[in-house]
Amino acid sequence: MSSPKTLFEKVWEDHIVLQETGSPAILYVDLHLVHEVTSPQAFAGLEQKGLSVSRPERTVATMDHSTPTLPGSLAELDGAGAAQLRRLEQNCARHGIPLYPWGDAQQGIVHVIGPELGLTQPGMTIVCGDSHTSTHGAFGALAFGIGTSEVEHVLATQSLLQHRPKTFEISIDGRLPFGVTAKDLILALIAEMGIDAGTGHVFEYRGEAIRALDMEARMTVCNMSIEAGARAGMIAPDETTFEYLAGRRFAPKGRDWDRALERWRDLPSDAGANFDRRFTLDASRLSPMITYGTNPGMGIAIDGVVPEPESLPASEERQALQKALEYMQLEPGQPLEGQPIDVVFIGSCTNARLSDLRLAAELLEGERIAEGIRMLVVPGSESVRNRAEAEGLDTVFLAAGAEWRRAGCSMCLAMNGDRLGRGEYAVSTTNRNFQGRQGPGGRTFLASPLTAAASAISGKISDPRPLLARRRAR
Amino acid sequence: MKRVQFNRLTSHVAPLLMDDVDTDQIIPARYLKVTDKQGLGEGLFAEWRYDRQGNTDPEFALNLSQAQGAEILLVGRNFGCGSSREHAVWALLAKGIRVVIAQSFADIFRGNALKNGLLVVQIGQSVHAKLAEMVVAAPSTEVTVDLASQELLIPDLGGVQFAIDEFSKRCLIEGLDSLGYLLSAETHIRKYEASHE
Ligand code: SF4
Repeated sequence: MSSPKTLFEKVWEDHIVLQETGSPAILYVDLHLVHEVTSPQAFAGLEQKGLSVSRPERTVATMDHSTPTLPGSLAELDGAGAAQLRRLEQNCARHGIPLYPWGDAQQGIVHVIGPELGLTQPGMTIVCGDSHTSTHGAFGALAFGIGTSEVEHVLATQSLLQHRPKTFEISIDGRLPFGVTAKDLILALIAEMGIDAGTGHVFEYRGEAIRALDMEARMTVCNMSIEAGARAGMIAPDETTFEYLAGRRFAPKGRDWDRALERWRDLPSDAGANFDRRFTLDASRLSPMITYGTNPGMGIAIDGVVPEPESLPASEERQALQKALEYMQLEPGQPLEGQPIDVVFIGSCTNARLSDLRLAAELLEGERIAEGIRMLVVPGSESVRNRAEAEGLDTVFLAAGAEWRRAGCSMCLAMNGDRLGRGEYAVSTTNRNFQGRQGPGGRTFLASPLTAAASAISGKISDPRPLLARRRAR
Repeated sequence: MKRVQFNRLTSHVAPLLMDDVDTDQIIPARYLKVTDKQGLGEGLFAEWRYDRQGNTDPEFALNLSQAQGAEILLVGRNFGCGSSREHAVWALLAKGIRVVIAQSFADIFRGNALKNGLLVVQIGQSVHAKLAEMVVAAPSTEVTVDLASQELLIPDLGGVQFAIDEFSKRCLIEGLDSLGYLLSAETHIRKYEASHE
């Protein structure tokens, strides 16, 4: 009998094309996702070398990072962003790559549409020139972000040179309490582990709390693996996964589906499989989370206070915290609850799926956002938008005074014109509170859709639980 | 397929002694609307290098006169975390940086750097502390990076060994694009595909 293996090891070993001593492994790539920002130089590189795209049918492209979230057409756009979008269109046409362009009914953030279309499947290797490719690990795929040189490699050969990462078991026991979501779970985990704890490792999230999450919530968790420095984050496929996938456009059908199920059921880590490292977190003691600083690890429970630099052991850490608080204009020891804000952004590949929008709408229904607050709701894909509209969620957001937009990355990275003004504070359901990420001089508090919605109503950072309790009591 | 070669280099060192410098700081997203690799030096550390009016901030570490012309950048821990944008590496190269020395690097940044001839050198905490102290006190201190012997030559500290994977080292020294290796494995790749239909 062969020795017990982890989920990661099974997927990794199944995709090794060649492993020569002194060289990294050549890893086969099942699915290559492409967007406008990190691909043009890769296509140009191919052309300079006279190469073509090896497997266009294993490549899928979308426009998401710099697309406007107001209706319009590519023909009307000008400037550098539009040139980049047109370049993607040309590159896809030239190489026969399927593209979901701006305005298409299936267009959306690359990490939202992959799963939605059933392209993302258990046991696959999936790459994209984008660090949040880790999202797709929620299906038991090995999915990770790559640079543009590697995008070129995959375009040319459908494979990639990789050193084998180490494995890291993340056990989340217990159940998430009332009002605490997958976003809070992952923010709490990063706050506890630190933003480089996962360097060189692939996470496998396990345990009762993970099993209990639906697929969209699992994607939220895996999405932010990269914010803990991990190469990828995976969750073993189970009935929840299969139920989500069944009948999706690119999911296997009929006899192929049965055969796929058989393979997928073999993927979970074997009993007794060994991980290089382990970390455990008890979900039942978590609260809604909010960040106070300029990296995703700088997070606290919503009823907590901003840490004091003096409380930190190393001088580098003290300096980093001081610098972050200076940028955020926050005082050590101050509570964040009640902190006035200017903008609320609900969107991004972390939290702009239908379930996220439903949670936000549940709190906003029949309410108005506070005077002077600007709130943007940007669905993760056009399909999410259409389904949300079919349920009337758009009406809830609009009636509350929020803006309801078309799909895209939008204010998550502020490339498309949606952005914070200098000095503005935002509660944002995105994944990065880096300095200037949402606009030069902008200040970001990362939180869940529930916390974002509750904060929009009060105009201040707010614990969503009291409002949610009142709603659910009705 | 010739690429940027790297062998040995001697330079003074520009210190940017911060941990967790993310790629959004190395080059903000608004500079990414390009379809080539040119002109990215302008966006390098834009949030920090320029003030609100867009003027150069004279106090930022890399704007100091003693940092000018340095080909080695010394940073703290977890350099290049966050976004996978290879533009971060292109921007550093465009500004003349050929080596980054850190206590640690984020995975994607490390891979991107090595594929572009930007050498990343990881050193332990105590050597890092001494080197940092030295280059801050005496900015003209020159450090030699020798890739063949995998050694940093630091005045007073002597030779400090660093690790690099064999494959990346070979590519850097010979100026090879690692795509060449993948292309040479084409029959293996086709065989893999045939057996996994
Ligand atoms: S939503 Fe944000 S994090 Fe996600 S792919 Fe777009 S820019 Fe990246």
